[in-house]
Amino acid sequence: MHIIKQARWSPYWVGMGIGVLSWITFALMEKALGVSTSFVRAAGFLEGLVAESHVREAPYFVKYLGTAAEPGSVWDWQFSLVIFLVLGAFLAARLSGSVCRERVPALWVRRFGPSVGKRYFWAFVGGMILLFGARLAGGCTSGHGISGGLQLAVSSWVFMIGMGVGGILFARLIFGGKGGGHV
Amino acid sequence: MFENFFADPASLFLGAFTGLAFGFLLQKGGVTRYEVIVGQFLLRDFTVTKIMGTAIAVGAVGIYGMNALGLEFSFHIKQAALLGNLLGGLLFGVGMALLGYCPGTGVAAMGEGSRHAIFGVAGMLAGAAGYAEAYPVMKASVLGVFNIGKATLATVTGLSPLWFIVILVGAAVYVPIALGRWERKTALITGEKLQN
Repeated sequence: MHIIKQARWSPYWVGMGIGVLSWITFALMEKALGVSTSFVRAAGFLEGLVAESHVREAPYFVKYLGTAAEPGSVWDWQFSLVIFLVLGAFLAARLSGSVCRERVPALWVRRFGPSVGKRYFWAFVGGMILLFGARLAGGCTSGHGISGGLQLAVSSWVFMIGMGVGGILFARLIFGGKGGGHV
Repeated sequence: MFENFFADPASLFLGAFTGLAFGFLLQKGGVTRYEVIVGQFLLRDFTVTKIMGTAIAVGAVGIYGMNALGLEFSFHIKQAALLGNLLGGLLFGVGMALLGYCPGTGVAAMGEGSRHAIFGVAGMLAGAAGYAEAYPVMKASVLGVFNIGKATLATVTGLSPLWFIVILVGAAVYVPIALGRWERKTALITGEKLQN
């Protein structure tokens, strides 16, 4: 029980855990770890509540959710995974007493000030760019980064190069070369 | 939108198990923290590299190993539409540096209690909806450029996957040693205490 209550585990052990988890999903579930497709399903579902005919005709939504004549499922294996990610992380944080209701991260405050609204706004914009990029690339850190990387997929390694370059350059741009002081 | 809403219960249960384990690991690994993700892009905190590198090396050994042993399961290689992979990756990096989470860690951060992650996740939904609108244009332009199908590093080079796995495992062993040295050095300079 001691380990369960530790706030942080070695990143190498966590990496091994995720690697082994991927063996299980591939070999026993015929699935690859991934997250971002579920955002397409969720967005399509929510949009469909107000404009179903549009969602049933938009080619990208049809790919995942089907047409009006042949509707596919919204809540599938990966969707379930994403919902339970919240619970898994909550349990992990709860067991070590590290649940924290962070509104504005300290590093952000030091660079952009303590405004909660400003942080929420840019978090929203960041999320938008993030998911648009993920869908353009065909996956995110899980689907491309981990699952694709370990399968040696060319698409995934190209994605990771893009992600590293984009992230490093943009972080430098907004935080300055000195990295915003001590983390 | 509610016809066929749920897939079969067995797959939902397996997905739930996977999500629980994955969320638990991400939180314990510290990647549900904004500072850890942004710190990686600022090259000050290498937690993300350590976790991903180890996961990829361990995963590759297992998947290709099981495959070589004759266990039957399918691979899930994504289309290499290289311009889309690259541009999407660049945008993804920008969004990740701004938000401080990726999709999986952002969702997990909500579980840890992060409030700004909720706005990030809402933004992700908007981004997904936006991409659905842009898709026909993307398909006609970006996605057709340098499209080499479901290629792997082994198929494009004609080399055995074993070579790449040896490199990955070698990197997974060597990089931690090199990073340890680097972190001790920067810690001496900045006077920070190391957590790992």
